[in-house]
Amino acid sequence: MTTLRIPAHLVTTGLGPMFDGFGHVMVTPEDLLPVVALALLAGLGGKAYGRRVLFTLPVFWLVGGLVGMALGWALPFAAAALSFLVLGGLVAADRPFEARVGTGLAVALGLVHGQMTGVEMGEAGLGLTGLFGTVGTLFVLVSLVTGLVVSLKRDWMRICVRVAGSWIVAVGLLYVGWTLSGRG
Amino acid sequence: MRGRSRPLDRALLAAAIVVAISASPLSLAAHEGGSAAGLFAGLFHPVSGLDHVLAMVAVGIWGAQLGAPAIWVLPVTFPMVMAFGGMAALLGLGLPGVELGIGLSALLLGAMVAFEQRPDLRVAIGLVGFFAVFHGHAHGTELPEGQSGLFYSIGFVVSTGLLHALGIGIGEVRRFSWGAPALRVAGGAIAIGGIWFTLGGVSG
Repeated sequence: MTTLRIPAHLVTTGLGPMFDGFGHVMVTPEDLLPVVALALLAGLGGKAYGRRVLFTLPVFWLVGGLVGMALGWALPFAAAALSFLVLGGLVAADRPFEARVGTGLAVALGLVHGQMTGVEMGEAGLGLTGLFGTVGTLFVLVSLVTGLVVSLKRDWMRICVRVAGSWIVAVGLLYVGWTLSGRG
Repeated sequence: MRGRSRPLDRALLAAAIVVAISASPLSLAAHEGGSAAGLFAGLFHPVSGLDHVLAMVAVGIWGAQLGAPAIWVLPVTFPMVMAFGGMAALLGLGLPGVELGIGLSALLLGAMVAFEQRPDLRVAIGLVGFFAVFHGHAHGTELPEGQSGLFYSIGFVVSTGLLHALGIGIGEVRRFSWGAPALRVAGGAIAIGGIWFTLGGVSG
């Protein structure tokens, strides 16, 4: 089974593990795109859902990261691929969903991708400090993207967000192809 | 204006996101071959082939001609089905007549624009989706050696989407009195280009 190993995306900023952790999400599309998708979804879901995701995602990412650092198990790549397809698809569909489902998505994304981040942080020796840096980036990223989408009033602007969701699904499908073909 | 977002606020927020991403290590990654090179290869690949450009722009123009909801349903459908075609190619699933399909896509989509055809939305989605498979199969997998497939995919999808947006922008001239006939002429030009590529696909 193909496992997700993306140590090449761990950047060295020269400013210490906290800043290396800051940069990690921004150069790791396997993490960045699902997070952007969730932030777009949170924005489409309104202020209340947006606030819940803003705090739920980083907390569970941290929990997942701690588990990943402790266990060191790389997850199957299908976990990341599912994030692309499910979250991108929900953004593209822009259908109402129950609050529990929405929160569950943030929890699942945080745990799964946090676990992957934790494994990488452990292998790179960045430790908990690097993980905190990544979680901080997530908080800023989600607050910016969700805040922008919540503020959109015109219908065509929401449609642009849905189009972005379809792009994430498309990238996810190609990601599945690259990984399974061993050419990515 | 408490509780309501003003346009200036939104602009500042959007600018903050752009600055945050621009200032991120992703920009520095331009010095690393695999990731950034893959991204740029993906961004430029769709605009390097006129067959792909014509079909993408035609999708956008046709969507604009049809109006809501086709104006956004078609550009949402295309990249997802195109990526499905790309995934199939990467997994080694063959597709006969790929070049012919790409040529026909420009021909038929151009003809739809030229004759202002307004079929049922499901038919329009089916037509666009059918041809999207060929484009994905042919172009979605042309990754230069040593570059990142995921970054290439991001660039490829974004670039294709921007070509749709260009088509929609062109299609919006329909609001002017001279716009509708101008679009029909543009559709005719795309269809003629499609004939050229179709003949190339048949002979090749």
